[in-house]
Amino acid sequence: MSTAVARRSSLPGFGLTMGLTLTWLSVIILIPLAGLFLKTLELSPIQFWEILTSRRTLNALKISFGLSFAAACVNLVMGTIIVWALVRYRFPGRRLFDAIVDIPFALPTAVAGVALTQLFAQKGWLGAPLAELGIKVAFTPIGIFIAMVFIGIPFVVRTVQPVLIDLDPEIEEAAASLGANRWHTVFRVIMPSLIPALLTGFALAFARAVGEYGSVIFIAGNLPNVSEIAPLLIVIRLSEFRYADATAIAVVMLLASFVIIFAVNRLQRWAQTRIPAH
Amino acid sequence: MTIEVKNIVKKFGSFAALDNVDLKVGKGELLALLGPSGSGKTTLLRIIAGLDWPDAGEVTIDGEDALGHGASERHVGFVFQHYALFRHMTVFENVAFGLRVQPRAVRKDEATIRARVKELLDLVQLDWLANRYPSQLSGGQRQRIALARALAIEPRILLLDEPFGALDAKVRKELRQWLRSLHSEIHVTSIFVTHDQEEALEVANRVVVMDKGRIEQIGTPGDVYDNPATAFVHGFIGESIVLPVEVAGGSVRLGGQPLNITADGAAPGASKLFVRRHDMQIGPAGTGSLEGAVRHVRSFGPIQRAEIALSGGEGKTVIEIDAPRDRELQAGEIIGLQPRRYRIFAAQD
Repeated sequence: MSTAVARRSSLPGFGLTMGLTLTWLSVIILIPLAGLFLKTLELSPIQFWEILTSRRTLNALKISFGLSFAAACVNLVMGTIIVWALVRYRFPGRRLFDAIVDIPFALPTAVAGVALTQLFAQKGWLGAPLAELGIKVAFTPIGIFIAMVFIGIPFVVRTVQPVLIDLDPEIEEAAASLGANRWHTVFRVIMPSLIPALLTGFALAFARAVGEYGSVIFIAGNLPNVSEIAPLLIVIRLSEFRYADATAIAVVMLLASFVIIFAVNRLQRWAQTRIPAH
Repeated sequence: MTIEVKNIVKKFGSFAALDNVDLKVGKGELLALLGPSGSGKTTLLRIIAGLDWPDAGEVTIDGEDALGHGASERHVGFVFQHYALFRHMTVFENVAFGLRVQPRAVRKDEATIRARVKELLDLVQLDWLANRYPSQLSGGQRQRIALARALAIEPRILLLDEPFGALDAKVRKELRQWLRSLHSEIHVTSIFVTHDQEEALEVANRVVVMDKGRIEQIGTPGDVYDNPATAFVHGFIGESIVLPVEVAGGSVRLGGQPLNITADGAAPGASKLFVRRHDMQIGPAGTGSLEGAVRHVRSFGPIQRAEIALSGGEGKTVIEIDAPRDRELQAGEIIGLQPRRYRIFAAQD
């Protein structure tokens, strides 16, 4: 059925591009992932279950997913505010700030980790005043959270920015002529139009934080059960040559991430059908 | 409600979008602002709505200064060319928006809002679309919803910016008649902007013709068509034949040849003779003050449209006339022409 449709299509190249797409996705993504699943088969179901329900694994997963979620939430709010300022106002240095947003994309994560650790260490610029207040950031879960916020922010900004730029100024004028004040216009008209983009940005920031390794391990302190993220636990298991253990944790992370991303995707699709681009 | 606009000036850089515009709109009028693009008509409408601000001048609505208030406080309904519906809201919620954002003190309860929205959807005959989203509607339906939304706040005046500009010809005609009958039903003072003269003449009670930021003429559709005040209005409204003539001592000359018409008090000097296409009387060669060869004839309906190359004058001047079909013209035929009604305006350039 679908090939028949494709054959009748006036757009050539379906066979070639589809073939390349499938091959490429297989080689780059599907085969490595299948290897991951195969490796876990070395474990019996009971062993598998024991690894997953061990206190250390559960805590690592909780830290990874919980802090990623929190960081994505903060990025959603702050990213939206930053986008608003960058798109709606003209101020000196706007282009510079716009460029700065991309730094977490490009900076090697280890560099970011070292820099954040220095900054938030007990004698660091920000760490010292915070320590006076009794807040310890570096080598605690708060440090992990800050690293995750750092690497996630551009995802929200870069997905929402083009949508806000394209938003028709007439709908704001329409709202004003109907008697809406700025508050109503922003929260009843503008924000709802941005929902699909906000969801995408949130999902990307979340996914990035779950997978983050480099910047986090420097600032986390990596105490088992307290500030040890799941990716680090995987690396530790690998260094102990407990490959099956490592893959078991990896498989759970993979499935959990997939379920979450898929759910956000569906949510975003649903919002998109209600708010088509034009 | 009455609107009064006094000495409005609006400049975009060095370009004067509005140049000392004065306008009075009476209660219950349906007024058209008509002009080519860049004539300032939309800018004037937006200033009345509070979506733009003039550099100088006054706007009063019902004798009350409007420029001290923003769009949200003016209680003015505005309809946009591209509808500007809220895409994430159903049709029902779009219409209800203006009622839901009212200050708490005056906001109606939910039942009253629902009843009011239902009433408006009935008025625009689209109550069956209440639960759809704007993307599921046709252009004509969207514009009717936009109108219902603007009427929901019981606006003091209704402003429409090229309301039918984005619609295809057939829907445009339907909506035109519909708007006129709607206006006679609800009688809210309304101004609409258009570049389509047919639309202005057919819908409005009064037409304001604008060009280059100035008002050229204000009058009933009959007035602006039959008694154009300026050369621009004559040329812009209706199809006109324009001939360069010379007025001297009460006689009118075309390319040195005197025409058998009176100067009608026109000032001496280089001038332009305006004749409506259907005001050119045709007769056998030798009759009338102009003569020409028929080059091409197209007949449709009650008229025939002929392209005529005038003889005499400098070079070939070709005009198009509309004649009744009681005497069929033939290509190649030489005919005489006499303007029945005409106007002479001084040539400006």
